[in-house]
Amino acid sequence: MNSTTEQAPALPEARRVPAPAGGKSPGSGPGKRKRNKVPQQSFRSRLRRDKQMLLMMVPGVAFLLLFFYIPILGNVIAFQDYQPYLGIGDSLWVGWQNFVDLFGNPDFIHAFWNTLYLAAWQLVFLFPVPLVLALIVDSLISTRVRRIFQSIAYLPHFLSWVLVIAFFQQMLGGAGFVNNLLRDWGMDPIPFMTNPETFPVMVVVQMIWKDAGWAMIIFLAALASIDASLYEAAAADGAGRWRRMWHITLPGLRPVIVLLLILRIGDILSVGFEQFILQRDAVGAGAAEVLDTFTYYTGVVGGGWSSGAAAGLAKGVVSALLIYGANKLAHRFGEDGIFAKQAR
Amino acid sequence: MATTLFTKKPRELSYNPKRPVWKEKPSALYQTVKAVVLIVFSLSILTPILLVVSTSLADTEQLVKAGGFVLWPERPTLEAYATIFKGPMVLQSLGVSMLVTAVGTILALFVTITMAYATSRSVLFGRPVILAVLFTLLFAPGLIPSFLMIRQLGLLDSLWSLILPGIFGAFNFVVMRSFFMNIPGELIESARIDGANDWQILWRIVMPLSKAVIAVVGLFYAVGFWNSFFNALLYINDHSKWPIQLLLRNFVVQGSGAADQLGITTTPPPQSIQMAVVVVALVPILMVYPFLQKHFAKGVITGAVKG
Repeated sequence: MNSTTEQAPALPEARRVPAPAGGKSPGSGPGKRKRNKVPQQSFRSRLRRDKQMLLMMVPGVAFLLLFFYIPILGNVIAFQDYQPYLGIGDSLWVGWQNFVDLFGNPDFIHAFWNTLYLAAWQLVFLFPVPLVLALIVDSLISTRVRRIFQSIAYLPHFLSWVLVIAFFQQMLGGAGFVNNLLRDWGMDPIPFMTNPETFPVMVVVQMIWKDAGWAMIIFLAALASIDASLYEAAAADGAGRWRRMWHITLPGLRPVIVLLLILRIGDILSVGFEQFILQRDAVGAGAAEVLDTFTYYTGVVGGGWSSGAAAGLAKGVVSALLIYGANKLAHRFGEDGIFAKQAR
Repeated sequence: MATTLFTKKPRELSYNPKRPVWKEKPSALYQTVKAVVLIVFSLSILTPILLVVSTSLADTEQLVKAGGFVLWPERPTLEAYATIFKGPMVLQSLGVSMLVTAVGTILALFVTITMAYATSRSVLFGRPVILAVLFTLLFAPGLIPSFLMIRQLGLLDSLWSLILPGIFGAFNFVVMRSFFMNIPGELIESARIDGANDWQILWRIVMPLSKAVIAVVGLFYAVGFWNSFFNALLYINDHSKWPIQLLLRNFVVQGSGAADQLGITTTPPPQSIQMAVVVVALVPILMVYPFLQKHFAKGVITGAVKG
């Protein structure tokens, strides 16, 4: 790596960034050392030159190895009959047996379909909310109202799931605020929090409560970067508010929408793990069992390490395929997607 | 069309000076719908918080009369708080949470800053390696292998199991790194000519320039450590090492008979005592929220745009 090779991609790089918050110009790219310009330094002298920089990477690399890459390799126990007292080295290899058992296990199949079902709910009902909120907030003219609303809407993002569920219980639980009111008015209480049938709705409502305001930020940023003169020109040509939204706003938001969708799809099988762990006792395993809780209860609670790991690995592989597929689709539609963004 | 657009009366313009001339006046219907959406959303967030805080402050008489919840304490009292701090459990778990948050945030900042700086300038290997690593971070190693790793390291039932897995976050790393990359290379070059080594450059030049982003990332980590509950559920069995979130889960969300574990004799616990525990977990977040809010939007957008 010398500076000439670094400078060449620097130009398209700066061009590609849609709206760099820092205002990065091609000239002020990553600083290169002058010494770098001397071509053909030997590996050893570069090593000596970068000694301190490499030293700085040690804590981070150690973390990644210990808590990321080695655990990823630890997934091999999915192909073993793992026994804690034997360890990975001495446990018996069983090939695909764990997966065969898993797909013959009705509980796993149930958790699998339940995950997909809940994921579909989230994708359809959760995704549009921040977008709509952002469009409304963006159309506000008073900056004061805007700021107040944003302050309120971002707050729940910083509360833990435990707190969020506690709030929901106090409001909607069997002995909660709303049901107390209903009883006072002589009506039957509604089991918002414990009805397995309405559980998907509840999950989505909780997610909207916690994160819709926060997810709005990124749409707001994208909206702010749309050239205002486009709107003015369209208005002068007679386009009404809906046509302006259809022909200017939505196309302007398209890259962000696609990117967020891909990220969301990659994460979708996680559906909201803590939410389910916290509410599984209340609504029962029938409604709240998803792949992650299955992994937890089979593996950590039940001691079935290998089948738990197999379930986790199956989920990971499907997620990876989903990311890949979604990205392919995005490229097909002419968007950058996530890989192009990464390879910038 | 154009005539209607440009013949707005000056009076209307001065009524709302920021509305661009070309924007049609909003119809009453749109305005109402918008207002309703925003108000309902805001109230849905504010009401539970108000309810919980008020209930925790309300006295027994009013609580009984209101049937368990109040939206406004008529005679505010700190009795509930006095009760929960009498037993050892809440104080202990607060102590655990604070310790984990403090140590975790400092370590996390150290790891993230050094890693971000070292990768923000090209060294031995270049961008492709770093991008490949970043890409792999999109995936998660999985629950069981992570658990086995912690057990292998002998960290079960140790507070380190709450700290170490959280000291590096890919998102925070990306935010920090893209900030460092925007620091002009000339600054660093001139320091080098003056004889500074990389550690000195990081400490004397880069970090003072990055105070804002360091504050934001630090707050993100702190909030993360404070809020994390699942790690404790996985790794901690010893009740005296429960962080506040796990206590909250067992005491309030599950509503189990944790009251006697709290060292409180009044069972079943009155609403106000449960709510006091909720408030104790909530207050630190509310305290740092103004700082977070001041900076995070910028940080998030920088991170998101630069990926």
